[in-house]
Amino acid sequence: MGDLLCSLPIWLVPALPALGFLVLAVIGGQLPRRWAAVIGTGSVGLSAAATLGVAACFLRHPPAGGVRIETLWTWIDVGSFEIGFSLALDALSLVMIFVVSFVGFLIHLYSTEYMADDEGFSRFFAYMNLFVAFMLMLVLADNLFLLYLGWEGVGLCSYLLIGFWYTDAANGAAAQKAFIVTRVGDTAMAVALLLLFKHAGTLDVRQAMAWATENWAPGSTMAVVVALLLLGGAVGKSAQLPLQTWLPDAMAGPTPVSALIHAATMVTAGVYLIARTHAVFLLAPPAMTAVAVVGAATLLLAGCSALVQTDIKRVLAYSTISQIGYMFLGLGVGAWSAAVFHLMTHAFFKALLFLAAGAVILALHHEQDIFKMGGLRKRLPAVFWTFLLGSASLAALPVVTAGFYSKDLILWAAWASSAGAPWLWAAGAIGALLTAFYSFRLVFIVFFGDEKGHVDHRPGLKIVLPLAVLAALSVVGGFVETPGWLGHVTAFSHLTESALPAVDWAVTDHHVEHRLQAVVAGITLLGVLAAYLLYLRPSSIPAAVKATALGAWLSRFWLSGWGFDALYDRLFIRPFKGLAHLLRGDPFDEISATVARVAESGHSALSRTQNGRIRTYAFGIGVGAVIAAAIVVLT
Amino acid sequence: MTLVLLILVPLIGGFAAWIAGRRSADLSRWLSLAVALVELVLALTLWARHFGADVGSGGPWLEVVQRPWIPELGISFILAVDGLSLLMIVLTGFIGVMAVLVSWREIESRVGVYFACLLWVLAGITGVFMALDLFCFYFFWEVMLIPMTFLIGVWGHERRIYAAVKFFIFTLVGGLLMLVSILALTFTHAAETGVFTFAYGELLGTPVASPAAFWIMLGFFVAFAVKLPAVPIHNWLPDAHTEAPTAGSLILAALLLKTGAYGLIRFVVPLFPEASATMVPWALWLGVLGIIYGGVLAFAQTDLKRLVAYTSVSHMGFVLIGVYSWNELALQGTVMQMICHGISTGSLFLIVGMLYERIHTRDVTRMGGLWTQVPRLGGVAMIFAMASLGLPGTGNFVGEFLIIFGVFPVNIAVTVAALLGIVAATIYSLRIIQTTFHGPVAIAVKIEDMNHRELAMMAPMIIVIVWLGLWPSTVIATFEPAMESLFHLVPQLVIGGY
Repeated sequence: MGDLLCSLPIWLVPALPALGFLVLAVIGGQLPRRWAAVIGTGSVGLSAAATLGVAACFLRHPPAGGVRIETLWTWIDVGSFEIGFSLALDALSLVMIFVVSFVGFLIHLYSTEYMADDEGFSRFFAYMNLFVAFMLMLVLADNLFLLYLGWEGVGLCSYLLIGFWYTDAANGAAAQKAFIVTRVGDTAMAVALLLLFKHAGTLDVRQAMAWATENWAPGSTMAVVVALLLLGGAVGKSAQLPLQTWLPDAMAGPTPVSALIHAATMVTAGVYLIARTHAVFLLAPPAMTAVAVVGAATLLLAGCSALVQTDIKRVLAYSTISQIGYMFLGLGVGAWSAAVFHLMTHAFFKALLFLAAGAVILALHHEQDIFKMGGLRKRLPAVFWTFLLGSASLAALPVVTAGFYSKDLILWAAWASSAGAPWLWAAGAIGALLTAFYSFRLVFIVFFGDEKGHVDHRPGLKIVLPLAVLAALSVVGGFVETPGWLGHVTAFSHLTESALPAVDWAVTDHHVEHRLQAVVAGITLLGVLAAYLLYLRPSSIPAAVKATALGAWLSRFWLSGWGFDALYDRLFIRPFKGLAHLLRGDPFDEISATVARVAESGHSALSRTQNGRIRTYAFGIGVGAVIAAAIVVLT
Repeated sequence: MTLVLLILVPLIGGFAAWIAGRRSADLSRWLSLAVALVELVLALTLWARHFGADVGSGGPWLEVVQRPWIPELGISFILAVDGLSLLMIVLTGFIGVMAVLVSWREIESRVGVYFACLLWVLAGITGVFMALDLFCFYFFWEVMLIPMTFLIGVWGHERRIYAAVKFFIFTLVGGLLMLVSILALTFTHAAETGVFTFAYGELLGTPVASPAAFWIMLGFFVAFAVKLPAVPIHNWLPDAHTEAPTAGSLILAALLLKTGAYGLIRFVVPLFPEASATMVPWALWLGVLGIIYGGVLAFAQTDLKRLVAYTSVSHMGFVLIGVYSWNELALQGTVMQMICHGISTGSLFLIVGMLYERIHTRDVTRMGGLWTQVPRLGGVAMIFAMASLGLPGTGNFVGEFLIIFGVFPVNIAVTVAALLGIVAATIYSLRIIQTTFHGPVAIAVKIEDMNHRELAMMAPMIIVIVWLGLWPSTVIATFEPAMESLFHLVPQLVIGGY
């Protein structure tokens, strides 16, 4: 069986959704919805099945060097610039294609019901399929140039899907913002590619990394520069400081899009990129610190913003930014595997939260304001229970949730790895308090209390099934890697060790680890308790805090995402628009226009001399003769 | 013989279309389509004949035709193609068919003369890409100018006369400067060797004393920079593009601008390597200026056609920095960029033309939400807007990134500025979509989506641009030997490179 599965080519995994896109793009408009749904969902389902087959082969017959390469054709071949259109499957890509195809399939299935009444039904599935294809290309790419293809491709799909309901100008603005802001990051990434190629002479990830390890001394300037530029690309795509501003607005897209692209997969591409190029980061300790600091700062900033949002999707959006901050923190302290582990569990519980939020939004006639919800626990029991499990996993409730295991690993590494520091751990621990608080604030406001909205649409099987599967994964998905005192399962790190280096521990004392775990567990429960006291029981405290001057200012400041939009508006958008307005008439055109005017006025001046009067002509001849004579005489 | 036919077919076809137009406009249309198709088939057979063939030691020339023309003055009729010329001719044939198709319903007056002018422009362009005698080259250069001026001035939009005169004067002044330089070069060569000739092959390597060489080079450079166009002598282009009929804009963007780039690659650098080396910093920064300035101005426009016109200024800036980086990556990227810009910007002009036929405006402030009515056209526009912002998977990405990889070792600041130009391209390309197909619905009248003729035009354009993005090696393999022989002539302009 294993051998048979090994004859399954890797390219099928991205090719199937790509084919689905092609069919839907060309004839989707003429197809009945049922068929569009079958093609759209089926192609991703088959891709997930192919992933299983490829994974089975990979696990049973681990390829030499831990990587299986498949070259499809030569993409570009100009002198020394040789780029293959080739795929590489190693443990890291395997985890990624598993997440992308399975979570992707569940979200497609969910969308067949969520989008059922939408005019653009087949267009939606065409874009979604294209997204999955590009995302799979991104994580399977054997070289950075091909990775860049997937990277830009998912950006395109993100743009198309954020602006899916295109007749609303606000959606279009959000879509353009997402594309443009991420492209600013991509510019940095492109320079990193240029430098790598110039020095290493190749863009093949493995070769370039090997070259860097061999030729760049640890801490050398070039390694630091390349790592920082890669970080620039990663912060754009993964919505980290200072390029995080596009993600909250990206919620303008349909909710399944937010679940798939802006929670589970695309936004974590930055984490993948850094994990993929970890060799350069290991050579650049300052860049590692930068990654950790970006992560720590982002998780705190976004956590604070999530506290005060009133739109259910914006709470989840800031939460996503914050959770990716944890992943960056993990990467920055060298806990590569832990960061990818959190990427996976986050994909499960955040996709779940978005999908459940979508079910709520759908049930309440597209209402997204959490204060107009309430009491939905009884009306939407399936949604409530799955949302609760998702929130528990997001808050990382100890032992029983997947989020706990992955976050715990990151926090421990933030303290104990050689690149870690107590203050990095402290940032993560404060973040845990924020996370627990805003997660359960959401649960209590939306599902408890008085009923405020009218539920007129109960989710069907195609919505409940993905919720149930993701809820199960949000619980058991963490059991693949557990701490020493709790079974000591190491399946995940065992799998990724062929692709990602282990943590370089500075502290190995398990007593410290246990004590810190207890502290974080306490903090988490404290956050839940605080949310309970403030939002479940009738409490005047939130209103009272908001009534104070500082409270009101902070609340507005956090609601607006720390004022970054206003800042960038002043710094970049207005100057650019002003410049464009100033130049709109093309000032260079004045040069030739002036030449033309001079010629015309010369023409009219000279033609005025031709006036038909003998007197004038005689005068002209006379003056001319005198001048000519003067020249002859005087020279 | 194919080379001569490539010029004769559209030349004679033009007369035939004119005569046919006196009897029936439709006859003239079908005849022109047939001529354009024959031209395309001729170009493709030429390509097929030399596809994958090894280039012998006799240089890069795949086919040569040589006849004395005015032997007393050393002028001969030399046509030759290498891989570079060949691809430009294939592009000309391909775009020629599209130009005929797009004019089908747009042009209703003096149809016969119109198609005659159109076919003659194609003949002139084909000649420019093949002529290897400088006098002959100048002759074709002017041949393509005059019918193009008529296309703009007779069949154009509101300000057509202004635009046509401006186009004519700019190109003519550039052309005359080139003529002066051609004569100066010939006389210098005659003084050195005693042989009076205009033949490219013999003029190569003429030693010209240094201050004179710079000025002679500059004459050529200005002529080609006007056509390219390079800022600050680009300003004929927005007017010409905007006022020309759709086929005129298509030919201007896809083909005429390429003759400028072709001239730089074929003549300026190989004939004057030292003088060109002194131009490098100027040319690089002029290129950057074009990229950024064109990008900002494209964003500022409200006339959709003018907007697309300024994107050309931006994209052709890449060509300028590519040529003057003069290394393998940059130069191959330049040729890719020339082809892909022709396809993608040409397509954008076709789309603008189709929109204009339907809603009779080019003002983006009066458009919006068109996707609801014309989703197919919207989808096609989306593809080419993405090509315009250099999305991987389209040929434009390959071209621009090869250029960027080539420029990087030459000048890092220029590279970074060019990358910022790509961000600018993102901004204006998305604005094209947002103001037309997306956004609130602004047009109340019912309009039709693309018809079969339009689909037949756009489908090949899409296939080609994606093909060039995913399998660029098919064309790279064709022009690579030509580029290598250019490197043989001029190994490098600046220190650095791979």
